Amino acid sequence: MSTPARAESVAHLERLITALTAKGHVSEDELALQQASTDKASPEVGARMVARAWLNPEWRAMMLRSGTEAVEALGISMAGAPPLGVLEDTAKRHHLIVCTLCSCYPRAVLGYPPYWYKSFSYRSRVVREPRAVMAEWGSELPDDIELRVVDSTADYRWMVLPRRPAGTEGWSEDQLAALVTRDVLVGVALPKLPA
Amino acid sequence: MTPRFAAGTQVLVKNDWPEERGPCHIRTPHYLRGRPGRVERVLGAFRNPEDLAFARPAETRVLYHVEFDQPGIFPDGQTPDKLLVEIFEHWLEAA
Repeated sequence: MSTPARAESVAHLERLITALTAKGHVSEDELALQQASTDKASPEVGARMVARAWLNPEWRAMMLRSGTEAVEALGISMAGAPPLGVLEDTAKRHHLIVCTLCSCYPRAVLGYPPYWYKSFSYRSRVVREPRAVMAEWGSELPDDIELRVVDSTADYRWMVLPRRPAGTEGWSEDQLAALVTRDVLVGVALPKLPA
Repeated sequence: MTPRFAAGTQVLVKNDWPEERGPCHIRTPHYLRGRPGRVERVLGAFRNPEDLAFARPAETRVLYHVEFDQPGIFPDGQTPDKLLVEIFEHWLEAA
């Protein structure tokens, strides 16, 4: 899906890396480590955290206290990453995440943001008419459930811990994780059982 | 660093528009300027992005999660919906 980098951009990057390593700001090892953790980041990390929280109350409590700690417990380094907060959905409240100012996104647990998350349309509409946006994603939220739109404007990054769907009793962590998509972790959709 | 506002405190976002005074980098959304909210919790202390963005020495400021009633902000807002936003202490005053 990505286009090849332009030769001049690559040359520019090489010059930057040479300058930064020469001055001792970064090392090749640190860059390789960072590259590896960036490549590993995908919604599967967030899905794993949620599935485990549905099964294990201690994990759930730890993850709500510090999303950063939970990610690191999965063996993923959060060094240099903004702190991660986890927003807990309940029977009375659902969360939905946006960054109206730019595109702050919990990359450690979701990877790169999709194009729509950065679009002017999503960013401007979701604070005004979040229920309409969710309906377009195929999730109708009952009127008596409070919808809390979380505008990620500063130093934290956020992910949603949705409610475990009914009908998943006895499911394994892998089965549960498969229900937790990127859109569910952002909160624009609710987890659904396969039809 | 001691937070000025405890969880549950009613606050007002300052109705200030630094954009009109010159180049700046502000993390407080326009739609919240002058609006009343309630401190949900203290998130910690972070270096002030308004200075960091210009590579100036940046003081550490307390950051809060502040909750707002959505219908009061946007006319198409629906009760009981809310907005939950990170706001730095220097943008908040006691309501």
